Amino acid sequence: MNGAWLTVLTRDLLQAYRRRSDIATTLFFFVIVSSLFPLGVGSDSAILSTIAPGVLWVAALLAGMISLSRLFAADFADGALEQMLLSPQPLSLLVSAKILAHWLVCGLPVVLLAPMIGLQYALPSEAIGILVVSLLLGTPALSLIGAIGAALTLGARGSGLLVALLVLPLYIPVLIFGSLAVSASQHGMSPQAHLSLLAAISLLAVVLAPLATAAALRISVE
Amino acid sequence: MSLKKIIFALGLIIAVSAAALIFFAHGLKYISVNVALLALGAVLMRQSAYFSDNFYQHASPQTFYPTAGRMIPWFAWLAVVFVIYGLYISFAIAPTDFQQGEAYRIIFVHVPAAWMSMVIYLAMAFWAGVGLALNSKLSAMMAQALAPTGAIFTLLALVTGSLWGKPMWGTYWVWDARLTSELILLFLYLGFMALQASIDEPRKADRAGALLALVGAVNIPIIYFSVKWWNTLHQGSSINMGAAPKMAATMFEGMILMALAFWMYTIAVALIRVRCIILERERNSGWVKELSLKDHA
Repeated sequence: MNGAWLTVLTRDLLQAYRRRSDIATTLFFFVIVSSLFPLGVGSDSAILSTIAPGVLWVAALLAGMISLSRLFAADFADGALEQMLLSPQPLSLLVSAKILAHWLVCGLPVVLLAPMIGLQYALPSEAIGILVVSLLLGTPALSLIGAIGAALTLGARGSGLLVALLVLPLYIPVLIFGSLAVSASQHGMSPQAHLSLLAAISLLAVVLAPLATAAALRISVE
Repeated sequence: MSLKKIIFALGLIIAVSAAALIFFAHGLKYISVNVALLALGAVLMRQSAYFSDNFYQHASPQTFYPTAGRMIPWFAWLAVVFVIYGLYISFAIAPTDFQQGEAYRIIFVHVPAAWMSMVIYLAMAFWAGVGLALNSKLSAMMAQALAPTGAIFTLLALVTGSLWGKPMWGTYWVWDARLTSELILLFLYLGFMALQASIDEPRKADRAGALLALVGAVNIPIIYFSVKWWNTLHQGSSINMGAAPKMAATMFEGMILMALAFWMYTIAVALIRVRCIILERERNSGWVKELSLKDHA
């Protein structure tokens, strides 16, 4: 069972490595979206550091969302997904490996890039630290919840736009606690409560989302 | 326990308790609500005659189609009567609020609409879950039929809320916890309808929609509390289950009557819509062809 999980994980990572430009697209999307706001709002560093937590979190949300279509689409097209459905290993386990690979490829780079964007938004170094921690705790939930949406819209018409409509409302708690944690630390308050809740959401999603995603895949592929 | 007996018993319980309340303690305070409940109980007892003893027979669209057709007028007329009486109480009998003036009267539409928006989502998730668990066509059709009505009530709650907000808060929209979670509820309804609409194969659309409705139902409390934490500016809830209502008895009465009217409306409209869905899905089956021949003759 562990073998199958590792195989799926390494396979997905290898595929991502061989198509490196795809990862770059997600990252540049994150960078471009968060660079647009200072151009629209103005370069006043007081305003920028006020809106930074929300803007960076929304940018991370959108970057996570646009990469969702890649989660199952290629495997669906070439039949690999069907083989996973037929395999004796539990589908939710294989799916959890795919989601982890997706987070490593699309979520983690955003987390690592965030301090640089935070500097552009004149965030104090302490807030940047909290931003990174909150993204580290929250982005797994984004990949996990997003996987349900990606699985449901597999093979549906206009699935790229549809997935936004399904998944973004479910992302709202993560957005709220993530940006609240950063702004709490900006105002000299403890971000611990928000970070704990973020971690709780992620843990809940780790348990439930692979099961729901597996059920959704069985509905979509058949 | 057959469906017939369950519905009859439900009607009997509602009717008897309403009658008891009319004769005893609180009866005179909320007399019109009790009369309305009495009528509802009587109608439910009458409705039970349309159901057969076999529960599973009603899971078939073919048997449910005529049953639904016979039930629609009853619920539609109840809705009309309750709306007329509820609006009469809301606008003519209920006293003017000493703080908010006449503008508060929009809550007679707003609060019941907000209740319905949440109740319908739960009902939708319930039918979706039943459809997923028992693989019954009709439950999924019920979920699909409820969604547009739920979305309409959510929109109605948002619009009436912002119309009330203008004179009270001085602005049409504030990012208050309850308004925001209502907006998110609207997004959830729209997502459900969009997903169902974009999958061509009906059974697949049913099951994908059902799973989404269940995921949404799990998320609603998380969303609600996160938004509540995020900000709250709204006044406290007007009706508290534990404490006595802080409003005049007639105001409460009007609100309950309007809620009952919205319930009846929802049932009637959902049944009409489910009949349309049945016809659309079963258009190639024999009994629908026979039905259409009968209609043309």
